[in-house]
Amino acid sequence: MKRFLGFVKKEFLHIFRDFRTLIIIFLIPAAEILLFGFIVTTDLRNANIGILDLSHDEITRQLSDKICSSGFFIKSEDLLNYSEIDRELRKNKIKAVVIFENGFGRKLISEGKAVMNIIADGSEPNMASLVTNYITAITADFNSGLIQKPGSGNILVRSEVRMFYNPSLKGHFMFVPGVITIIMTLVCALMTSITITREKEYGTMEVLLVSPLKPVQIIVGKVIPYFILSIADAILILILSWFVFGLPVKGSIILLLAELMLYILMSLSVGIMISTVSKTMQQAIFITLVGLLLPTILLSGFIFPLENMPLGYEWFSMLFPPRYFITVIKNIMIKGTGLLYVWKETLILIFFTAVSIWFSIRNFRIRLN
Amino acid sequence: MRTILYLIRKEFLQIFRDRFIGKAIFGVPIVQMLLLVPAVTFEIKNVKLCIIDRDMTTESRELVSRLEGSTFFKVRFSTFSEPEGNDLLHRGKCDMILQIPSGFGKEQGLAQPGKIFVSINAINAVNAQLSLAYLTGVIRDYNLKVLTDNTDPGFLQLPPQIEVTNRYWYNELLNYKFYMLPGVLGILILAIGFVLAGLNLVKEKESGTIEQINVTPVKKYQFITAKMVPFLIIGLVDLSIGLIIGRLAFGIPFEGSIALLFLCSAIFMTALLGLALLISTFSGTQQQYMFSAFLFIIVFVLMSGVFTPADSMPVWAQKINLINPAAYIMRINRMVMLKGSTFHDLGRDIISLTMVAIVFTTLAVNRYRKTA
Repeated sequence: MKRFLGFVKKEFLHIFRDFRTLIIIFLIPAAEILLFGFIVTTDLRNANIGILDLSHDEITRQLSDKICSSGFFIKSEDLLNYSEIDRELRKNKIKAVVIFENGFGRKLISEGKAVMNIIADGSEPNMASLVTNYITAITADFNSGLIQKPGSGNILVRSEVRMFYNPSLKGHFMFVPGVITIIMTLVCALMTSITITREKEYGTMEVLLVSPLKPVQIIVGKVIPYFILSIADAILILILSWFVFGLPVKGSIILLLAELMLYILMSLSVGIMISTVSKTMQQAIFITLVGLLLPTILLSGFIFPLENMPLGYEWFSMLFPPRYFITVIKNIMIKGTGLLYVWKETLILIFFTAVSIWFSIRNFRIRLN
Repeated sequence: MRTILYLIRKEFLQIFRDRFIGKAIFGVPIVQMLLLVPAVTFEIKNVKLCIIDRDMTTESRELVSRLEGSTFFKVRFSTFSEPEGNDLLHRGKCDMILQIPSGFGKEQGLAQPGKIFVSINAINAVNAQLSLAYLTGVIRDYNLKVLTDNTDPGFLQLPPQIEVTNRYWYNELLNYKFYMLPGVLGILILAIGFVLAGLNLVKEKESGTIEQINVTPVKKYQFITAKMVPFLIIGLVDLSIGLIIGRLAFGIPFEGSIALLFLCSAIFMTALLGLALLISTFSGTQQQYMFSAFLFIIVFVLMSGVFTPADSMPVWAQKINLINPAAYIMRINRMVMLKGSTFHDLGRDIISLTMVAIVFTTLAVNRYRKTA
């Protein structure tokens, strides 16, 4: 036991010696939280649009003022003719062009109908549909202002909406669970796989293997410091998201921590598994990135909702653990549900852990080949 | 010059000596393109709906059948109990509950509007907003229909209406693959360049082989150039593979000039490799480099506007993007590939990106020390 503790101490020293990596491990989640919280947004804000007004009358002026004073749009260009549309869109200066046909106001009053055309830059589909939707909504609002007597029975159905779990429609609810999962993958799987392959690459593994420590002790000793580090990191993320966004843990914190530890254990065992199959650190890094980090970002429903993906992806994503863990955290943190709702995912995570431990034990070589 | 060529040859030999990495360099882009491009979509379809129709009149059924008719919604459940609906929402079986209270049909004839109650799972705020927008659209159509049905055309004139039509240029059907592919190409060469080039230099440091170069008369700039060129070539080869896959597998249009795209990518790679080598001069071990590089990659990619609109970021963040090579390449790739932008359209971006490349590379050469 004393020997083992000595070994754990040695591993801790390894980590603390590389002070910069230690800091970066805590810096990455902090940077991500701040980026997602304050910088990166999917909202529409101050989008530049161009207006091609072929009519120049009172109504087109009113409507374009209404569009540009909404806070969503800035009129950056007044276009003169159709050929300018392509030129401006190609320069990426504007997101869309609003076109008022010739004689817009006259037609609206005399014929009761006028056509407004929106040309949006489809190379950014999300932006394009947002811009189109917003301008259409503003115009619909303008339309209802045109009706002389408001509230004279024109509105027949009114919907009362309740946004569940996230009433203020914040983006944080999506990415905080995602950030936690990414960090766990980075710290646990990547660091463990690197540290074990390093010993192999340098040949110091030999030294460890001929020591009286058992292979199990070596592995467990290597893993313990990262286990502690990961929990500290996860707690930091939870505290940060609480202070920065006021995002509380709705469900039981103990359950959340237990699930976190399970996932950490799983990532660690995956890290060991990777290290048993790779010979150099570069290989280990590559396998972890492609096999673990990529699915974490893409196939976990963290940025891109799984439901929207093509059919095969939903099945494919089931082969990778991150999606289960994200479901678990979302349920506990945001919906506040208990184990009753996440027992299936928990069992699957336990299964993944067991498989990778079994695989690592089978593959761990104590002799030179 | 000959020295540089020899050094470059040595680098290539060194890279491809590791068979695994040699395969990964060209295998990863293929897998990444095929896997990533179709996966990444914000397009929403099949929003799972739970209907609680307490009214059961012709009016309420008409509204429900309208929702059923749209491709956007899928009516999965019909129930009469609110707790059951909430439980379905809780378990994630449905995304939206639509509750039509009794008296909905009756109230419509009267002066006051009929009410419906909507509950949406809003954990994904974007999805929730879009679903609501679609629902509002369906209701608006329904309103309009009821209005026109009940109005005698000769008797009451409809109020003046502005009709909005819209078109999406460059990507008529809003195909997300066209949007993602240029972005994924950028991420691809970013990841390959950043990870491999930096690790390569640090590995030499870590295993001590860098000493052997340091004692030769090789100049600093020669050394750095030789470290950069192989990865520049690998990056451009990967770009070509990616473009071919994009063409064959996804039928992506290519409006602009290929030469312009390669020119911009080469400048981008130079900037990137310069930064990678700069970071690696600060790092002692591969692990240290990897984590520092991660920090940069995460910040660069998230701020680049590949997944989210860069223009919606605060102004000061957009200023930071001036030194973010990824932000330039994402924009340039999309503009050249989808919109057919020319050198003239991109002029300013190309100049700034070139400056960024020069600064990073110069710093890397300066920081590199031949002496211990």
